[in-house]
Amino acid sequence: MSNGPSVSELQTIEHDVLVIGAGGAGLRAAIECSRQGLNTGLVCKSLLGKAHTVMAEGGMAAAMGNVDARDSWKVHFRDTMRGGKFLNNWRMAELHAKEAPDRVRELEEWGAVFDRTKEGLISQRNFGGHRYPRLAHVGDRTGLELIRSLQDYGVHQGIHVHMECTALDLMKDGDRVCGVLAYWRDTGRFVLMKAKAVILCTGGVGKAWRITSNSWEYTADGLAMAYLAGAELLDLEFTQFHPTGMVWPPSVRGTLVTEGVRGDGGILLNKEGKRFMFNYISPRFAPETADTEAEANRWLQGDKAARRPPELLTRDEVARAINAEVKAGRGSEHGGVYLDIASRLPAETIKKKLPSMYHQFKELAEVDITKQPMEVGPTLHYHMGGILVDAETQMTTVPGLFAAGECAAGLHGANRLGGNSLSDLLVFGRRAGLGAKEFAASAPAPKIDDAQVLASMRRATDILNRDTGTNPFVLQEQMQDMMGKNVGIIRTKSELETAVSEIDKLRSEADKVKAHSTSQYNAGWHTALDLRNLLVAAEGVTRAALTREESRGAHTREDFPGEREEWLKYNVIVKRGAGGEMVVEKRERKPGPGPLVAIAQSKIEDLEAGKVEPDYK
Amino acid sequence: MAERTFKIWRGNNDGGEFVEYKIDVGPGWVVLDCVHRIQQQHATDLACRWNCKAGKCGSCSMEINGKPRLGCMTRMNSFGPEEVITIQPLKAFPVIKDLVTDVKWNYEQNKRIPPLKPKARGADGHHRMMQEDVDRVQEFRKCIECFLCQDTCHVLRDHEKHDKFVGPRFMVRLASLEMHPLDTEDRVDKMRKEFGSGWCNITRCCTEVCPEHIGITDNAIIPMKERVVDRTYDPIAWFFRKVFGKK
Repeated sequence: MSNGPSVSELQTIEHDVLVIGAGGAGLRAAIECSRQGLNTGLVCKSLLGKAHTVMAEGGMAAAMGNVDARDSWKVHFRDTMRGGKFLNNWRMAELHAKEAPDRVRELEEWGAVFDRTKEGLISQRNFGGHRYPRLAHVGDRTGLELIRSLQDYGVHQGIHVHMECTALDLMKDGDRVCGVLAYWRDTGRFVLMKAKAVILCTGGVGKAWRITSNSWEYTADGLAMAYLAGAELLDLEFTQFHPTGMVWPPSVRGTLVTEGVRGDGGILLNKEGKRFMFNYISPRFAPETADTEAEANRWLQGDKAARRPPELLTRDEVARAINAEVKAGRGSEHGGVYLDIASRLPAETIKKKLPSMYHQFKELAEVDITKQPMEVGPTLHYHMGGILVDAETQMTTVPGLFAAGECAAGLHGANRLGGNSLSDLLVFGRRAGLGAKEFAASAPAPKIDDAQVLASMRRATDILNRDTGTNPFVLQEQMQDMMGKNVGIIRTKSELETAVSEIDKLRSEADKVKAHSTSQYNAGWHTALDLRNLLVAAEGVTRAALTREESRGAHTREDFPGEREEWLKYNVIVKRGAGGEMVVEKRERKPGPGPLVAIAQSKIEDLEAGKVEPDYK
Repeated sequence: MAERTFKIWRGNNDGGEFVEYKIDVGPGWVVLDCVHRIQQQHATDLACRWNCKAGKCGSCSMEINGKPRLGCMTRMNSFGPEEVITIQPLKAFPVIKDLVTDVKWNYEQNKRIPPLKPKARGADGHHRMMQEDVDRVQEFRKCIECFLCQDTCHVLRDHEKHDKFVGPRFMVRLASLEMHPLDTEDRVDKMRKEFGSGWCNITRCCTEVCPEHIGITDNAIIPMKERVVDRTYDPIAWFFRKVFGKK
């Protein structure tokens, strides 16, 4: 490869639709395309079945009403909107709440074995922000069940799976997308994949931060490729810090501790042993949250008149509360707080309900969670912001380019509820497949522009061919530390401005990065290639965070505390300007449809009594 | 921080050798942390698979001091303070580079196994299954496809009968389907003729290395072998099956 790339010798593969990313959304999208009779390619950055979906623990939210018959799509929709601080895309939140139960049942049909109720139905568990027990689950390894069920079903659907293949750049034919240039990890060789439509399901941006629950793969590939291809990005400032990541030992800092621990009765304590969440109940949730330990305990015992414990407030609220306790000097030994399930449930029940948490702490931290509390603290977990898509079809603002799952945006608004991600993957993965099918039906054969291919190959080979340069691992860590310091849970103008200029410097450093040896399975080269994408995400998040001068959901500005009614009218759009610079735009939102607004803002008692929009189905 | 010595196999399918590295190891580190530090400080092109770093994805399978293990779940304090740590790729599969092997064969086996064929839903639109009935299937579904059981299975590792036996992982997969309360497919004949259940002679090595502690031999392989035996050699059982159906 050192002799310089050439397009004529390039391996070329052609599909009707190409899905990039093989987590829950990618697999579900590929299954749908294949069922629709399309020749479908599925690109996985890792081996099949290893995507970050396997890490999802708690469950999949769907208003099936198996455990509490009062549940309905309207209550799920209302919870999602309130959790997202009303910035969600109304239509996506509606579709999600309505279609999630069918997607869960379909998964069961494909082999998923969920935990059962006493009646033999799919069991559902409580989770933060969900009014009723709503999460279909398998112990605390629901993500594994989801990805394996899709994988085992999917391999019989005629999908062409391309494992350990990384997408570098989208190829365009005029305005529309017509394929992607990628490379195989095992050989380091390039491959050109042509398609009439491309679906991005590339997940999140967690690797821009040091303390994250995300693995090496989550380097904003889809987000950055879409941005560079001209797509608009939506509300990037909303990055979710999950309240409970591991904090000790340092090597596992950030690894997820499921919200299921709190759903099953776990409580948060500061170093004084005080259950502090009662001090952090915001007015919006006060009417539906217990204000004494006695009431919280009654709720846990199933008393339907009691209100929920404050540990089950939405993730943004809990993460901020933990942050505040630590800042006030009431944190645990290693800078977190304590999460206690040992004093709440018998040891055997803990092992049965939270088996992988039990093993994770036992083997990685030498903590027995049936006897001792866990030490936990916030960890960058999820990106609510992402690629702007159409609610029905998931098409981006670039023709032929679709996005679903975490890399797309809209459903979760300013904060995602736990359990709404797995259902998001299935509902909108399927919809993206249908959308791509419709587009591909009338799309002409893809036409590749050699110049674009060459430019992409050259960027990649330059990293290997230059004589000296920066170590890509070191540069990645510098960026992660910078983002952790300046674009964290609590943000201010001065720190965000520092981040913008630091990102500039890091980018010019990234242009000089050097990978040694050949392109075959070369970790340094892979890390170097991912840097560009991470820096696009880092800049986008930072600039959007600077623009939104209020605190809402997962975005907290110290210099602009509290939600501002005015800002509810706007989305923050990021796109690439004519000169290649990043442009940020404050764009007015369309008002929500009347019935949906009425449901979202209704009193829960009225909604349960069937008094709110009874004719709106 | 204490300095530790590692010997890591470096090379590709043309051959290779062990290379020694010394790094400072921090508190709570696992072997995968050490591999990453070596990558960052000494060998940026070192090839190693990993993803979740929490024992949930089964990517970082390797042989550590001769034992098939997950790098992310092997703590450094499980070794003696002076012990040299030797790391090499899985032996049962062809090497691609360094610690990365070509495990595609496993994915091909999965494709050969007839998928779930569920019975019809109840009149109310629900499938009903009792927790007691799904417990045993859920045990099998904990599998993270790390392929450590495949690596240690002597039928594959030493005798290289990849064309005869699907290996413990896929016996577990077969058991998870055969014991699935909704399933109506029959895989017993294929289990013997195509998937090679007879090749396993129950040495239990696979069970020992399973990081998910699945009872591979006792709970999956032996019951499947029994079904094969019943089908093949028991005429009364054969007759009842003909009359009353599979389960």
